[in-house]
Parts: sequence; C-alpha cells; structure tokens
Amino acid sequence: MLEVISKETGNKEMVINMGPQHPSTHGVLRLELVLDGEIITKVRPNIGYLHRCFEKYAEQMDDYAKVIPYTDRMDYVSAINQEHGYVIALERMLELEVPERVEYIRVIMAEMQRIASHLLGIGAFGLDLGAFSPFLYLFTEREKILDIFERVTGARLLYNYFAVAGLMRDVHPEFKTDTAEFVKTFRPKIKELNDLLSYNKIFIKRTANIGVLPEKVALNYAASGPVLRGSGVEWDLRKNDPYSIYDKFDFEIPVGTGEVGTLGDCWDRYMVRVKEMEQSLRIIEQALDGMPDEGDVMEAIPKRIRPKEGEIYVRTETPRGELGYYIISDKSASPFRVKARAPSFVHLSMLPAISKGSLIADMVAIVGSIDIVLGEVDR
Amino acid sequence: MMQPEEIFEYVKEEFGEEGFSFSSGDIGDSWIQVEAGMIKTVSKFLRDDPKMRFNTLMCLSGVHYPKEEELGVTYNLHSTELKQTVALKVRVPIENPNVPSIEAIWKTADWHEREAYDMVGLIFEDHPNHKRILLPDDWEGHPLRKDYVQQDFYRGITTGA
Repeated sequence: MLEVISKETGNKEMVINMGPQHPSTHGVLRLELVLDGEIITKVRPNIGYLHRCFEKYAEQMDDYAKVIPYTDRMDYVSAINQEHGYVIALERMLELEVPERVEYIRVIMAEMQRIASHLLGIGAFGLDLGAFSPFLYLFTEREKILDIFERVTGARLLYNYFAVAGLMRDVHPEFKTDTAEFVKTFRPKIKELNDLLSYNKIFIKRTANIGVLPEKVALNYAASGPVLRGSGVEWDLRKNDPYSIYDKFDFEIPVGTGEVGTLGDCWDRYMVRVKEMEQSLRIIEQALDGMPDEGDVMEAIPKRIRPKEGEIYVRTETPRGELGYYIISDKSASPFRVKARAPSFVHLSMLPAISKGSLIADMVAIVGSIDIVLGEVDR
Repeated sequence: MMQPEEIFEYVKEEFGEEGFSFSSGDIGDSWIQVEAGMIKTVSKFLRDDPKMRFNTLMCLSGVHYPKEEELGVTYNLHSTELKQTVALKVRVPIENPNVPSIEAIWKTADWHEREAYDMVGLIFEDHPNHKRILLPDDWEGHPLRKDYVQQDFYRGITTGA
C-alpha cells in the first residue's frame, strides 16, 4: 500500500493493487486502484500475465489450418466461437463454398457455446457479488452442454472442431435428439434464474446504477456485444453484418432498457446476457429443424490452404462481442500477419472510463459485468 | 452506404490528390493509403463528416514489412450509422517509425496503439501513455518484427529460447 498526497485535491490518496491473484478478476489481471477514502479516483489495468504469443505462433506454423487449435486458447470459455471467426476468414480468402449441413452444425454448436459461456459469465458475476447458489445451478446446465460437446468433438473445453469449409468429424447419430432435449429442459431454467438472481433485491442494489456506460462513450471505445447492447444500442453482427447462415433465422436483439436503474448500468449488461440465451435457444430450434440429415462434412475441406496475395478483416459475434481477425496473406504457406481483435481487450480498456468515482466495493461488480476472459485479452 | 472506392474519391475531393492512393490485393479488402502526417486530420474528417460518420475504430494493427524495411498501421473503420466500412493504411520507414496518435479521435486506439508499439515498435506521437502493454516495460525488442530474436535471459531468468 502506498499513500500519496494528491496534487489536485490535496487529499491523501492510497494506491492498492487488486490482483494479479484475486478471485474477482476472472484470471490474472492486476488493477492499480487510486483511492480517495473509499472512492476510486483512477484505475490502471495491468495486463499481459497470460500472453502466449498467439500472433507470433500463427506466423510460424507453416500451415493456416494449424492455427485453429491456437484460436481455441484465446477465449477458452467460448472456443467454438473463436474457431468460427477464423475459419470464416479463411473461407472468404479462399472463396470457398461451405456445405449446408456444415453451416447448420456450426450454428448449433456456436449458439450452444454462447449459452455455455453466458452461463459461466452470469454465474461468476453472481459469485463475485456474494450469490453462491445461482453459480451451482447454472453449472449444472453448462455441464449438459459440455456433455453434448464431448460426444461431438471429444473434448470438453478446447475443441479443435471446425475446419476450413468443413468439420473435423461428423456429429453422432443422437445429436439432434440430445440437443432438442437440452433446449426443452433448459428453457424453464431461465425463468428460475430470473426468480433466483435477476430480480433479487440485494442483487439489484449491487448492480443497478453502477458502472454506467453511455451510448456515445461505448461507440467511441468500439464496445460490442452485450456491453454495447446493454447501453441500448441494437447492434449484433449476426443481424447487422450477417455471416454463416444467420440471415435464415428469426431472432431478436435484446438491448438494455434501464429497467431497474440507469440505462447502461451493470444490471442492464447482465440482463442482456440472460435474454440472449433465450434467443440462442430460438436459433438452435430453427437450426435443428432445418439441418439436413445427409451430407459429408469433410468432403469440401481443402488439402492445401494457400490464399492469394491480399488481406482481410473478418468479424463475428462471440458471446463477449466482436471478434475480428485481420489476416494478411503473401501467398506462402503460413499467414504473413494475423491480428486478433479481441472484444475483452477493448472492453477492459474502457474500465478506467466507467469506474471513475465509484466505490471500491463496486469495482468487483463492474469488472464482472463486462465479462472479460484474460486469455483473450493477453492472447 | 458508400463503397471504399467512392469513399476514396470523396476523401480526395476534400484533401486533394497528394498523399493518397487506393489499392487492393488479389483477394479480400481494399484500402486507402494515407501519408503518416495526415492520418489525424483524415481520421477526424472521416469521423465527423455527415457522409462518412465512421464512429467506431474496429481494429488497429501494426505490421512489419521486412522487404521494404517499413512498418505499417492498418485502421479498420466502421460506421454504425451509415453501415459503411473502410480500411486506412499508413507506412513509415523502420528507422523513423513515427505515426501521429489518433487516441483523441477514437479512444479505443489507446490500447491498440500501445500494443502496436509493444509488438512491432511503432511510435505514436502525442499518445498519453506510450508504454508497453503486454510485455514487461524492460523487455528487449519487438516480437512481431520478422527479424526478432528472443533474449536468452530476462532479469536472470531463462526465457527458454
């Protein structure tokens, strides 16, 4: 701890470290908090503890396809969505057609992953604020998704399942019935969650009117995903810049309304995630209906990936927001440059702007509400 | 909604021919190359002009071009109001890699520019907090340069190279 006299106010200020090892930083993140009493006057996030040179490795793989397992390890709680963006970028560079069955399976997997990721995000958010039981209930549900994923991909967390213009293997014969069963049992649980946590008085007290992010600031900081939608902006890449086959499905974009407090507060961001799970269920149901039963998921996978010279920026909607891949090809076997624009990285840079002037106890709520994954921040 | 070519023509009308060029690869996106000294003025124009309205900077990436001995910055812009997208590029010589910071125009550039400094060694003039972001402050070299050699020891600890 360090005490200094502030030049501006003449008050005694204290600098304390939150993290790097702290249960509420969701990984290894260090926040330097400058405090005037209990009020935060400045926040300096320090990152890089999980830096694993993803971009450097990508340049040295000698094969575009070998980068896919590395993308899994960026946002390790929504690995499917990370792969999805990368393979779409390559498909656009190579101008490949993706078989219909593959697209349907991908959408189902991506939406299931979105639910699993939100369950973790919401559960951990409640846990940060002292609500232990919702976390356990939500993990029971997440477990069911992971069980389905385990049967499909062979892994529970890092899947390496999507391939360029295909999938690594076909789904098991009971995939459709398993998923439909999950959708059926999960839907009532959302109401249960609302009764247990969303409209809980203490929870609302801890999250309403806290960490308010106005629309203008959100756009200037290029916020995306639930963080941007929590501020009332109807913006979802699945609708606004459709990729894959998302234009075939009927779903809504939930936005924050300031229902229990101010528009763009922690509760709004939280509620957008809850409502999004319902929309994901709708997409999964429609995709299950439309999914063709026959078709080889591996036939279109190219033997050799050598894009022509050029560059591309492709963005997709992950549970945390806009994930962009900026890829430059120089006609060689490995990419000349891969930059991953991670939503958590952008959202974390916003933290000093939205937490200034709040109480130290609310810092935990604000960090939890932007739902960062440090693997993606540091890459 | 304007296509990148039309945006290029529009920008040329405002600033004149000099310092701008339009190019694209065999595949993928096209981009407008801008002279480094003008990037801040051009960015401000792109953000505020009623026909441009690029209110978000989606991505900012630093690139090392070893053949030309140059460093580059790519800015991917998007307008959520007019639904248009454009990419800007700046190239600077590696001995003098100075680019004006656009942090004052899009706040999100703050961390992206720090990352570009950290990884490829670009220097952003007038950046409010020009420090490394992912690596420790006393790390040597910039890892995403193509000729980067990892240091053997960091503060007496082997780096496993």
